[in-house]
Amino acid sequence: MSEQASARRAADSMPGPVNPDSWHYRQINARAPGLGYLSNALIDLVRDGHPIVAGTADLQYSNGLVLFAKAHPERFLQFGISEQNMVSAAAGLATTGLYPYVATFASFLALLTCEQIRTDCAYSALPVRLIGHHAGIALGFYGTSHHATEDLAIMRSIADLTVVAPADGPQLAAAIKATVTHPQPIYFRIGRGQDPIVYPDDTVFTLGRAIVHHEGDALTLIVCGTMLHPALAAVGVLRAAGLSVGLIDMPTVKPIDRNTILAAAARSRLLLTVEEHNVIGGLGGAVAEVLADAGTPARLVRHGIPDVYSLIAPPTHLYRHYRLDAAGIEAVARETLG
Amino acid sequence: MTAATNTAPKIAAATKDIDAATIARLEERALFVRLETLRLIGVAKVGHYASAFSAAEIFATLYYDTMRLKRGEPKWADRDRFLMGKGHAAVGLFPILADWDFFPKDVLDGYTRLGNPLGDHPDMRKVPGIDFSSGSIGHALSGGLGMALGTRMQGKDINAYVMLGDGEMQEGQVWEAALSAAHHRARNLIAIIDRNGFQLDGRVDDIMGIEPLAAKWRAFNWDVHEVNGHDVAALAALLRRIKADTAREMPVCIIAHTIKGKGVSYMETEPGWHLGYLAPEDEARAIAELKRGGAIR
Repeated sequence: MSEQASARRAADSMPGPVNPDSWHYRQINARAPGLGYLSNALIDLVRDGHPIVAGTADLQYSNGLVLFAKAHPERFLQFGISEQNMVSAAAGLATTGLYPYVATFASFLALLTCEQIRTDCAYSALPVRLIGHHAGIALGFYGTSHHATEDLAIMRSIADLTVVAPADGPQLAAAIKATVTHPQPIYFRIGRGQDPIVYPDDTVFTLGRAIVHHEGDALTLIVCGTMLHPALAAVGVLRAAGLSVGLIDMPTVKPIDRNTILAAAARSRLLLTVEEHNVIGGLGGAVAEVLADAGTPARLVRHGIPDVYSLIAPPTHLYRHYRLDAAGIEAVARETLG
Repeated sequence: MTAATNTAPKIAAATKDIDAATIARLEERALFVRLETLRLIGVAKVGHYASAFSAAEIFATLYYDTMRLKRGEPKWADRDRFLMGKGHAAVGLFPILADWDFFPKDVLDGYTRLGNPLGDHPDMRKVPGIDFSSGSIGHALSGGLGMALGTRMQGKDINAYVMLGDGEMQEGQVWEAALSAAHHRARNLIAIIDRNGFQLDGRVDDIMGIEPLAAKWRAFNWDVHEVNGHDVAALAALLRRIKADTAREMPVCIIAHTIKGKGVSYMETEPGWHLGYLAPEDEARAIAELKRGGAIR
């Protein structure tokens, strides 16, 4: 046997990694705590007799829909890397009486398929469910192409489109179940599945209703999505320090809960929105519109990505850099209090 | 014609045009790409090993044999252009750009760290030598078309090389670009499809089949070639021949048949290695296998 052939045979028999810290794509996603919630909610809805179908564009391990695909292969559609095709096809599926849930990265869903969402789903008033995952800067050093810091602004300006930004897997599951028969399309904006869990599995979601975690006289934080977890920690520290700081989770970004915002504005007169999104047009913009329309004297500070393209880095480093982690939110709140 | 005859690859044979020294050099550069890919992903602690490994010989041949470039001058106006539709393999390209002195080599050491320009996808705004940003699959062929037409309009003889993933064939924009390039007779546009057979969710044929691939590109009026994408002699000979063919009228599509994960045996058989991380001792084992060359060719 030649030396080369011998080496090749040795190579062919080389086993996989030996260090348990090594991993590949399918293994790491199987370990993400939040990834099962989407599929399991859809599996529950199928069990309850709803005409659910689910689709993805080559990301079934990233969004966990591989679990749904295994449970109900006849209800699962793999579209490959064809996001625009997927969204228009979802509209077509909805016309036949099915409830399609289609998922891809939020950057691709909200930006690449924006027109398909607007014209085929929203204008057509079809009950398509659009799941934009890894929203905000959750994809860290995958870069600007993979960041979604405009999606709330874009989706919010589309008439007849509801926008929901759940804080974690349980709230996503609750929101999916609570809205299953909603007659119009919904954009769900979610994280990367590795986000910490805040809510219990039996959490209640009511469309258009905020969740008041704390009331405050000096300042009220209004947050959505993945910002709830660090905001809870920040507010906990501030309250422990004797500061009267409130915290509202606003999972429905559109239609927004005006009454809860105005009640907080009347009480604390100082509001701070925190979002993993450009400070223009997202949650902060929505709250600003409510305050301006009502003519309140309350002051609003909008905290988020300051109208720039985010740097690239691991997500936790970016959250620290943009002061979107607990310490950063606490610091911004203290500055806001003055 | 049946689908079967359409899909049977007509692989260009390695020619005697390429001398042994060049072959050795290109193979050494492909090894360099793989070793640097391992090192950089070791910094990031996550990355696209297998996608870069399938493209290593294509990178090496383009940058060290085919393309017209000037050392240290990433913005040189008369350079050939390179775009990556499969931008997630950029980890294999960055070391080459540093090797061309487009940016200091120590920038590589901070790959993906806060403040460093190098991320998982190529970014023309951040990285000298990147001709077009990517990350959202499907844009690059159109970008390359614009460069091909723009340089031609200005009387320049410049080729735009666009590396595409085979999964990328599923994006509609690719076929809009394919139609446009043939319509505009963009003869200086050269698409190279890294036909490694896998995408994120599994085998391309299972996820969304793309065959008969060569027949599709021929039907779009492109000049189509097929080649073993790990055979640097065949790649170099083909790319030289295309460059020298001044009578050519149509854009060129090269289907490079490759193996995803090429060079690390277990990556060649487990699709999950599209994305992953090797802890230090596994990185060392992979380096040893690559240096041994066991799985190469």
